[in-house]
Formats: sequence, C-alpha cells, structure tokens
Amino acid sequence: MMITQPVARPDGGVKVTGRARYAADYFAPDLLYAVLVTAPAPAGRVTSIMVDDALAEEGVVRVLTHEDMPKFGRFASPRAEPDTQTQHAEGPPAAQSFMPMQNDEIRHEGQPLAIVLGETLEAAEAGARRVSLRYEFAEPELPAPPEWTAIDKAAVVPRESGFLFLEPTFTKGEVDRGLSNAAAMVEAVYLQPSRHHNAMEPSATLAEWNDGELTLHDATQHVYGVRQVVAARMNVPAEKVRVISRHTGGGFGGKGWIWPHQVLAAAAARIMQRPVRLALSRANAYSCLGYQPRMAQKIVLAADKSGKLTAVQQDVVNLTTVTDDFVEFATEASKGLYATPAMRLSQRVERANVAMPTALRAPVEGPGTWALESAMDELAHRLGIDPLDLRLINHADTDPATGQPWSSKKLREAYEEGARLFGWRERPRKPQRDGDWLIGYGMATCSMGCFRHPTPAAEVRLHRDSTVLIRTGTQDIGTGTLTIFPQIAADVLGLPMERIELEMGDTQLPEAGPTYGSSSTMGVGAAVLAAAEDARSQFARLANLPPDEVEMQDGHIRRKGAAGGQTIADVMSHTDIGEIIGSGSFDPAQHGKGLAMRTFGAIFMEVGVDPGLGLLRLRRAVGSYSAGRIVNPRTARSQMTGGIIWGWGMAAMEQSRHEPVLGRFLSKNLSGVAIPVNADIPGDIIIHFVDEVDEHASPIGGKGIGELGATGVAAAVANAVFDATGKRIRELPITPEKLL
Amino acid sequence: MTPFVYARADSLGETIAAGAAPDSAFLAGGTELLNWLRLGIAGPARIIDISRLDGLDQIEALPGGGLRIGALTHLNDVAQHELVMRDYPVLSQAILNAASPQLRNLATIGGNLLQKTRCAYFRAEEQLPCNKRRLGSGCSALHGINDNHAIFGWTEDCIATQPSDPAVALAALDAVIVTAHRSGGRRIPAAEFHLLPDTRPEADNVLQQGELITAIELPAPAPRSAYLKVRERESYEYAIVSAAAVLEMDGRTIRRAGLALGSVALRPWRLSAAEERLAGADVGDREALSTAIEQSFAEARPLLQNAYKIELAKTAALRAIERAARMPS
Repeated sequence: MMITQPVARPDGGVKVTGRARYAADYFAPDLLYAVLVTAPAPAGRVTSIMVDDALAEEGVVRVLTHEDMPKFGRFASPRAEPDTQTQHAEGPPAAQSFMPMQNDEIRHEGQPLAIVLGETLEAAEAGARRVSLRYEFAEPELPAPPEWTAIDKAAVVPRESGFLFLEPTFTKGEVDRGLSNAAAMVEAVYLQPSRHHNAMEPSATLAEWNDGELTLHDATQHVYGVRQVVAARMNVPAEKVRVISRHTGGGFGGKGWIWPHQVLAAAAARIMQRPVRLALSRANAYSCLGYQPRMAQKIVLAADKSGKLTAVQQDVVNLTTVTDDFVEFATEASKGLYATPAMRLSQRVERANVAMPTALRAPVEGPGTWALESAMDELAHRLGIDPLDLRLINHADTDPATGQPWSSKKLREAYEEGARLFGWRERPRKPQRDGDWLIGYGMATCSMGCFRHPTPAAEVRLHRDSTVLIRTGTQDIGTGTLTIFPQIAADVLGLPMERIELEMGDTQLPEAGPTYGSSSTMGVGAAVLAAAEDARSQFARLANLPPDEVEMQDGHIRRKGAAGGQTIADVMSHTDIGEIIGSGSFDPAQHGKGLAMRTFGAIFMEVGVDPGLGLLRLRRAVGSYSAGRIVNPRTARSQMTGGIIWGWGMAAMEQSRHEPVLGRFLSKNLSGVAIPVNADIPGDIIIHFVDEVDEHASPIGGKGIGELGATGVAAAVANAVFDATGKRIRELPITPEKLL
Repeated sequence: MTPFVYARADSLGETIAAGAAPDSAFLAGGTELLNWLRLGIAGPARIIDISRLDGLDQIEALPGGGLRIGALTHLNDVAQHELVMRDYPVLSQAILNAASPQLRNLATIGGNLLQKTRCAYFRAEEQLPCNKRRLGSGCSALHGINDNHAIFGWTEDCIATQPSDPAVALAALDAVIVTAHRSGGRRIPAAEFHLLPDTRPEADNVLQQGELITAIELPAPAPRSAYLKVRERESYEYAIVSAAAVLEMDGRTIRRAGLALGSVALRPWRLSAAEERLAGADVGDREALSTAIEQSFAEARPLLQNAYKIELAKTAALRAIERAARMPS
C-alpha cells in the first residue's frame, strides 16, 4: 500500500543540487535575449520611442515597439456560456483581456512598451536603458486611501466579464430580522494590502518558431492554458503550439493564468525569426504579473444569546485594473462556513490604473477567513463565549448557502484534535508574560472550496521489464505531484516507487488541467488512478484473470486474497506486447453531484507581542485539518506547514504598497517587500489530519490541500494579538506601528 | 549595467593613486556596489578591486588598549572575533543583526559603512524623483510613503536614513575611521563620518574621491555595551529603529554613557544630551533613564507618517541601556 505512506520526494535531489531545469535554464542556438522597457507612470500615452541610442549599443539587435507588433487575436474564455453577454468575453486562462504593445496607450505603471533584443542579456539590458521615450501623461485613477469610507465611495458593481465567476451578490433569509433580533452584534471593517506571489523563480519564456510551429519553454502552472491563449493571441491553431514546463519554481497563482509577456515572447520570436528568451526581472514580476488586490471588507455578525448566528452581512471591495474587473470572492467564506438563517453578501470592485490582480494562495477564502474569522472572535468576546465554542455552536451540518449535504466533513474532529494538541482548553486565561513579551492565544477556522478541473486524459504504461511510465500534461510547481502520482500508480500496480517514471509538463502529453486551486490530486490524481487501473485490467486479461477480481503486489498479479501469482515478466513473455497502455480521465461532473464540497480545518496559534517595540513573533502553532484522504502525509505536512508560514507572512509583514503619488508599487524588489525568513518560524508547528475519505470529491478519496493551510491564519494571529494585548487589529499586516 | 574597466591593485599606494581618477570606484566585498551597478545608482568607468590587498584584513590590539580592525575584514570575522565579542559586544551584536550570514561572509566592515540608504524611492529600478539619485529632482518620499524615514536631521531635500548597523555601534563606541588618500590620510570620528542632507543631499559621507578606509580603531574595551534592532521580521531585514548603548558603570551607577540610534537619520544619531544626563544615574531607575533619553528628543521632528518612530526610538534606547547594564563587565 503506497497511498497514505510518507514517501520522500523523488525530485528532491535534482532540486537541491540545481540540476532541475527551469524555463530560463533552456537555451536555443541563435538565441536572442529580450528585456522590456516599461511605462514609468500609470496613465497616458507614448508619443515617441527613440531607439537609435539603444541600437548603437554593441550587441543590441532590434527594439520592438507597438508599431512592430502583430494585431493579437482575442481569446474567448471557454468558461463563457453562449447566449449571455459574456459570450465573447475574455477570461481565464488568459490573465487579462488587455494586451500591451497594441497601441500607444498606458494603463498602468510598469506596462511593457518596448522590447529590446540583444545577443546577450547584458547587451539587451544596456540597450533598454538607452531607449528614450516621450510621453503625454494623463491624470490616473489611483487607489483610494486605505479606509472604508473612501473605498466604499470608489466601489462599483463589477461588470459582466470572464472574471466574474459568480453572482456578485447573494442573499438568503431575512437579514434585517436577524439583525434586529440579535442579542449581540459585531460590525467591523477589515483591511488587507495588495500582496504579490514573490515566487523564487521569476516568470520566463523561451519562444522558438520552426516552420510555423511554436515551441515555448515556460514557467507556468498550466501548459495547456498557455497553448490555448498564446495560440489565440498569435492567430495560429492550438496544435501549432507546444508548451514545455518540466519544473516551475513556485506558482502560488502567479503563473496560473497567462500574462502578456508569454505572448510578447512568441511575437518577438516570430518577428525576429530567431528564438527569444524573455525572463522577467524581479521588478517586472511586480508590474507585469498579478497580485492579490488590496481589499476592504465590512462585516456584520448578529447572534442570539446562545451564540447562534441570526444574520451575516458582508460587503467586499477589491481593487482592480481599469480594463478588467477581477473579483476576489471573499464572500465565499461566509457562504460556506457557519449555519445562519440569513445572509446578505456583496462583492464590488474599485477600478484604478494599476496592474491586473489575480489569484494568490489562498484566494477567495484566504481574504474571506481573515475578515470572517476575526469577526467571529470579536463576537465570541462580546458574548463571553470561548471562540472555539462559538464555532461549534454555529457548525454548519449542511452547506449554509445551498442547504446541500457535504461530500464529507469532519471539522468537529479537526477542532477537537487541534484543541487537544494545542492545549486550547487549558490555555491560561489571565495575561501571560515572558520578559518583555506578552503572550496570546488565538484560533480560527480554515476552509477552502473544492476547485475540481477536468482531466481529459492520463496514461499509465506498464512495460515488459516491470517498469511503469506515467504520462500526463500536468506540470510540477513544487507541490508534491512528482511524488504522489507515482505513488498512486505504484499502489495499483504493486510495484516499488523506483520502478515508476513520470513524464510531465508538455502539451505533447495527454491533456491535463491547471496546477492551481489545490486541484491536482483530485483531478490528475484520479485520472492517473483510472489509467493505472485500466492498465491493471488489461494486464489481468493477458494473465487470463478476471479484471475485477485481481490484485497486484510485489510485482505479481493474482486473484484477490490468493497467494503467489504470476510475475509481470512471466505474463508478458507469453505475448508479443511491448507495453500495456492504460488510460484514464477525470470528469468532475460525474462525481459528487448535488453535494457541497469543501475542505476544513482549525488553526491554533501562540504569539508573543513586545508592546514597547511593536514586535510580533510566532511561538507555536497547531493546524488540524479535515481534507479527505491524505495520499502522502509527508508532502502534505510540508504543504500545510508552508501554508501556515504563508499565512504568517500575510498576517505579520507582507504588503505591496501602492505609492499614492506616483501610482506604482513602492518597492518592486524583495529588499523592500518583507516575506518570512527561517528565523521567523519556530520548529513547534504541529500538523494533524483527521482520518477521512471523501469518496464523492474524487475517486482518490482526497481533496485539495495546497491552499487550505494558508486560510484562517491571519485571523488566528490577530485574535492571538488581541488575547495578548487587548488590541484589536483590523488592518494587515500587523506591523510595529500598529502595535505600539 | 554599463561596461567598466576592471583593475586589481597590488599595493595600497597603487590603489589610492588609481582611485583618485574621477569615475573610479573601489570594490571590496562587492555586495553593495553590485546593487548600485544593477540599479544604475552608480556607473563607474573604472573599478579597482581591493579585495586582495595585503594587511587590511587583520584585527589587532592597539598598544594602550583599543582594537584596530582592518577595513577588509569580513563582517562575520569581526563579529566572531574573540576580542570583539568579549570587549565590544555592541559591535558583535550589531554585525550579527545585519544582513544574512552569506552576505556577512563576503561584505567587509569598511564597505559596510559606505552603504547607501534603503529608501525605496532611491532604490527603485527606474529613476524616480530623488535628490540622491539626481540632485534637483526632488524627494518623492516627502509627500509619498515615509513611515520608515527620518525623525532627526532631515531636510526637505532628503528624509532618508542611513542603514548600516555596525555604523551605529561604532558611533556609540566613539570609534575612529582611518583613511588613506593620495593627499594624506585622516582619522574621522565614526559619528561624523556620514553626512546629513543639509548641505549636499547627494553626498553620503565625508570621503573624497579616491579616499579609502583602511581601518577602524576602537577605543578602550566596552564590555558593558549592547545593540538592539527593531524590525518586522527576525532576520535579514533593515531596522525600523536600532539602538547602541555603551556604558561605563560604578556598581549600579552609570559613570559614562555612549548612545546612538540607527535608522532615524542619515547618520547614526548620537544622543548627546541624554548621555550627559545619564552620567550619575542609577541604571535600575527607569524613570531617570527615560527622563534622560527624553532630553535628546527635543530635536526630533516626525514626518507625516512616522511619529510612531519617536516613541519606538525612546523605548529602544532605554532597552539598549538596560541590556548593556546586564552585560558582564
């Protein structure tokens, strides 16, 4: 039994020794290096681009401007339903509808305006500094000051588009009655800043055309998505585009959808008739890619004396660009977490001349739990009920929005075991001190919706020599798929991990969905499982055994429960078949119809606050999760620990600040944007998974976990800070000036 | 990055002769110069590599007390030197709180003092209005985001702060920066090495073209000394405020105090008025210490967003004194 075993990552070695090759590690003969020249201000137009000085630099080959660019094709999102206004709307996997370098317009700071191509990176960089542009700047729309009144005033209802995945409003029951009947009420505004993904690997694309066919080596969370969007933009059939991504150096949503630079690289290569590598600089990564937008959430919670919620009201406003309405559906948390007879939820956007936001670990419930779980803590204190008890009192036995039963939910067990491991019930109730440090305890519920993407095909090939090759077009972004897919195949075919090879990250492999939304285990994992089972069935027939009654173990096939059996080599030697090709797929529509699906958990944290110096430090944490079957507890533990650290960053330091005068991000480098370092993270982080199988979400029995760990954390930290200091912080990140 | 001529000097004489040419820069650890080149903050025509010059990476006791630290000594080698740890804990602590271990293995103590401000406007990849980047272009931070900028000694031309941690310790220690130059060397008090923006906002320190730091001299041992650094994360981050305290004690009574704050001005900020009042104070008397510290904040001037740094700096100074007092003598 390989599934549920803590198997070590087979890809660990190549990654820590630098042998794993990422997009920018690939080379092509005759390669040109591309460097972007970007807009210095957020609005206006370019009146002239003078390139002579740049071309005079040794090694600079060409400077491309909007006048050189082809007219890019439109990309109609497959999400768009026919017969609606969104029929031709652009949307995912395209990250934005706006394509730069189509005319002289400037819509955000950092937008690409020209591409300098050089024989070396150094030449292209030197050239980029010498391109001189003239502008006619316009008065930009800038983000409102970060407070509710201003943001509320700037907010508008989002327009129909490919990025409006859900209705922007939701109501259930009689909210006004719930509010007027309440024994206790919390009304508060929670703010969070824009935050970038800051993946270790900045995005990079190597584009090469051969006889009208395009090959891209790309840093992406979705090779098939890159193919679709780049093909549409370049007006070529998708079959003419091959996308390869063997390893991606961190995604977190930032490489999920397809950004303009991927298209620009392809266009530059076609114009030059030479391969082009466009590796974004760290600064480009702040302005040419997305980020989780600045958000303001106004929440009203009303409860009766016993703590039962009588109404939930939530108004969310997120920042977006002027060209597309990206909507960050934080209200999903309120829809899915607690039983309440009434709710009224709304999502609005605030448009400004800023880059397009996008999904960031954890989207949706990430911001949603920050606000909701802070408000629940405030309500608990107002009612004099333990924060954990308030959550138990309001436990949702069915989906609060739809009333549907859950596919599986063991949140009560997760609370209980988490509380036990943390010592929540026994925690000191009086103020605690450790030298200059005030100690505080906080908890929050964690939850993510289940994003399940179809996996049209996966292949598992069983060879005569008892080796196995898994082929799938999904990609490795470091989350553990390189470990768990071989585990699944090894489990079905009764072979050790060393016998399983995996080919991934190429559109020449069977089509798979994106690696985002914590979806790979359910989607691709299920397809690999089905393909392995198909291979086993075919093999059983060769062995003259009934496919439904066999098991494979230790390289043998036999009737279930029988001893001995035939080896793979034995069976194969009686045939002239070189390999058995099993195929499988996963269609979410076939699984869990009529059921609500979510992952759940609870995070308990102990923090220290030095009120004299405004310092906040993490002392220990316990995360306890209900997330279906855990295929690999080792990689899963890493995922959850990483999620908690990610959440700590959100709580304590991360922010991409919008400069209020210049209309740019204040810092576009990791020196000016703090993310957690090792010294911030104590060793005492305990991860627990409730024993659970969700047979409805996917045949694997598991659900997604990549984002779950990052939810709830910011609220748990703020709640712990309140416990330590009596100070309620409603604006992230919780930096020293807020604690003094 | 623009092309430059790379040269390696074999002797100190050759080095300072070569460095006198305009548009030339010295390369020691390179950890900061490389940033300037990449960002376009500096574009020297000639880079003179001094990293292999002999005799500049020694730490030796001075006759009559004190310590001489060669300017090319790597930060970690200074911080972990037996005599520095024992006699000048404030310097050891300041260094170990700076940068990352990897950077400290490469960066030199002389080069560290030459760091330029971390003001985000100054460090931008694109040139923004900034008098330190281009004199006369203005100061973006003044009307922009300035919650981590100066509370002392700023002008409307520049409100940035000086980021070096060791520089703050050296200022509190009354260290001397020893230089060599074609026209003769100098001995510069550490607290006077960096320049405030009141006269030449584009300049960072008093060094002339071609003047090279050769050593740092520390006066008599200061075992009762400590460094405290406040930052939102625990490591590899510049200070919001830092404080260095150096005490001479008579039992519980402070005989003499050296106090300096970091990240509050364009130079390590000596709290001279506080130092005067601290002489004779009981180190256990928090109120007396606070009152003394208060003396030096009469001249503090907050910007629109950084008033919190004033209170923070006072507390940091107080805590640094208390830490220093707890050090073994």
